[in-house]
Amino acid sequence: MYSVIIYAVTGLLLLVSLIKSRKKTLLALKKAWTSFERILPELIAIMLFVGLLIALLNPETISQLLGESSGVWGLMIASIVGSITLIPGFVAFPTAAILVDNGAGITQIALFISTLMMVGVATFPVEKKYFGSRLTIIRNVMAFGFSFIVAGLMGMILG
Amino acid sequence: MKAKRYVFPLVMAAVVSVVFAADNQLGRSALSITGSSFLEMLSVIPPIFILLGLLDVWIPRERIIRHLGEESGIKGIVLSFLLGAAAAGPLYGAFPIAAVFMKKGVKFSNVLIFIGAWSTTKIPMFMFEMGSLGAGFALLRLVINIPGILLMAVILERITGKESIEAIYAQCTGLSE
Repeated sequence: MYSVIIYAVTGLLLLVSLIKSRKKTLLALKKAWTSFERILPELIAIMLFVGLLIALLNPETISQLLGESSGVWGLMIASIVGSITLIPGFVAFPTAAILVDNGAGITQIALFISTLMMVGVATFPVEKKYFGSRLTIIRNVMAFGFSFIVAGLMGMILG
Repeated sequence: MKAKRYVFPLVMAAVVSVVFAADNQLGRSALSITGSSFLEMLSVIPPIFILLGLLDVWIPRERIIRHLGEESGIKGIVLSFLLGAAAAGPLYGAFPIAAVFMKKGVKFSNVLIFIGAWSTTKIPMFMFEMGSLGAGFALLRLVINIPGILLMAVILERITGKESIEAIYAQCTGLSE
């Protein structure tokens, strides 16, 4: 759905660009490829790593670890797994829903979702290339802390 | 292309191969998860890079500065937020865009707002979140995240300091040449 739209829009703009200037379009494509190739090795490695990690942790295990009564350990596990892994949203949300159905707590799930989206330990090598180590670390640490605020508020209001 | 950069993925590939040999079942499920992240990547990342190339070639710096630069004020903030929220795809897709933004003179706090919005308030994902976890969960998370993203952008800009910001702009300009 979304990817069809973005491919279609890109194709259309590319066509318009090609009609206006062949030279500029080729330059744009060349730039696109060099910037893509620059992060490709990291991306491949990250995907292999995360695949292995998630395969090791099946849903039953996760559910057991993240239950309403899992306390501080549950929060730690939720935030650490969320920070390290890189799960596509269309997998993460249904998984989170299954976990909630299986007894995972709202606070734990909110923490997991929030760290999953904002904190990127696995993508550190990519982020560092653009923003340098210092800012990358500060941004991730802050997002990690903020995730606890989000989860705490959500647990209080919805729990 | 420097071959050295491919050492890291090759090592990972070797690890996965060893796991595959030791435990076929585990290797299979690991590869299928890697396959689905790869498909997710292919579904949005290539067009994003082409759009970036086009943006870089066709849109003059002055125009971007006017809308998102130092003097862009509230309009710049809102626009950065909307640009991030309209996105799709994993967070690492936002970094190359941020790099081109910096090259074109977008204000640093606006770059940070864009990344924050991209990370957690994407509209397509929001629809999905509502479907999976309910409107209450999704809306509440959004309401808490909006001020959080703005606040973190301001704090990060302060912490980073002018000199480091300039260094990052130089670095990103180099990366998107």
